[in-house]
Amino acid sequence: MNVLSANWIAVGRLSDIPRRGARRIQNGSLTIAVFRTANDEVYAIEDKCPHKKGPLSQGIVHGNCVSCPLHNWVISLEDGKAQGADEGTVRSFNVKLDGEDIHLNVLNVSDERKSA
Amino acid sequence: MEQLLAVELGDSYKPNAITAVCGCTDLGHDEVRRLIKAKELKTIPRVMQALEWKTSCGCAKCRPALNYYLVCDWPDEYEDDYQSRFIYERVHANIQKDGTYSVVPRMWGGITSAIELRKIADVVEKFDIPTVKVTGGQRIDMLGVQKEDLPAVWADLGEVGFVSGHAYAKGLRTVKTCVGSDWCRFGTQDSTGLGVRIEKFMWGSWTPAKVKMAVSGCPRNCSEATCKDVGVICVDSGYELHFAGAAGLDIKGTEVLGHVKTEDEVIEHVVALTQMYREQGHYLERIYKWAKRIGVDEIRRQIMENGEARQGYFSRFIFSQKYAQVDPWSERVSGKDKHEFIPMSDLKLEAAE
Ligand code: SF4
Ligand code: FES
Repeated sequence: MNVLSANWIAVGRLSDIPRRGARRIQNGSLTIAVFRTANDEVYAIEDKCPHKKGPLSQGIVHGNCVSCPLHNWVISLEDGKAQGADEGTVRSFNVKLDGEDIHLNVLNVSDERKSA
Repeated sequence: MEQLLAVELGDSYKPNAITAVCGCTDLGHDEVRRLIKAKELKTIPRVMQALEWKTSCGCAKCRPALNYYLVCDWPDEYEDDYQSRFIYERVHANIQKDGTYSVVPRMWGGITSAIELRKIADVVEKFDIPTVKVTGGQRIDMLGVQKEDLPAVWADLGEVGFVSGHAYAKGLRTVKTCVGSDWCRFGTQDSTGLGVRIEKFMWGSWTPAKVKMAVSGCPRNCSEATCKDVGVICVDSGYELHFAGAAGLDIKGTEVLGHVKTEDEVIEHVVALTQMYREQGHYLERIYKWAKRIGVDEIRRQIMENGEARQGYFSRFIFSQKYAQVDPWSERVSGKDKHEFIPMSDLKLEAAE
């Protein structure tokens, strides 16, 4: 944890997530989806589609986007924004890789007001 | 690229008449399928590279289609890319609107037993499953199962021999039957037994879109075989084969494929028909749409009149079944794809702070 500040915690390893896949992180009622792209980039957004709350962690990952498993909205992993004609944004969280370790910034994770 | 297509596809290549698979390519499903075979492309990255895909790793439209085409065309060589499958095929359960899943065990031909029913009752109580429903395909559906519970539910069901009913699959779903000559005074043949036989022969096969079948013991047609993808009507002189029906967004009665005399012939013709569809269908295109595109007469000609073509389809289906008939539930009970079912971590932040 040397270079990382106290707000970052380890949540798993890169190899825990399949390439072009996602895993879930639970915090009480909040579920965060952590994605790994084909190029081993890591992103975290809330596991809740802005359309009708579909679990985005279960979608198909392509480029830096995920297609929602319920009605195929395409959501950007970078900022949580719906692409194309669809409108809506899902919360995104800061994650970074330290070697193989995935670290999540918990500053806005425990702020439950935002997840309402 | 234009040149390559003209060479490989010959006169049939008409660039302006093509509907592209998706925004990642200008090629249509037919062109992609034919080039996969002609150029022996055996992985998704190879297809995308050789056919000059415009995106780095495709999208949720083309990847599942390519994955199906490769599974179908190279059954022994291609390694299924689970990240290119929709979630219901990836975790072998249907996702519901609230993110929970539904579980439908296979009941061959719609037949069940006291042991199976008792097990289902036990599982429903043990896992607090909120809804149990009889489906249109004569199966029992347990709805509202938590994702984390799926492997344990399957393990319990597996104890009495239940396997996946593939109720989520673009593949063989159900063979619906009536009680036929076993019980019904009108029954002409053993429609139940034949339905079970067909289902045991064909389960596990992936197809462009879902395939639902039915066998009725007489023309009264209690299993509604004449609106299915494939239907069989038993008659005194043998079996009438039907196909290309629909009873969903569209309603359409079946077309008659032909008449055969024995159960073995039913299996051979139904399997050959399904394989022809597997090899030619566009991903997500139901049998009735494929038949409209190819022509009912052409299909009849190949399956009913051309014994050599029929045998070819039949043996290619059998070959691919060697790799397809693996129960996905028991694989996952034994630990496959564990990462799908458990969260990576549980932070419990509020509690910790
Ligand atoms: S289809 Fe015919 S044989 Fe089957 S149950 Fe109905 S009446 Fe009886
Ligand atoms: S809930 Fe995601 S697209 Fe509808």
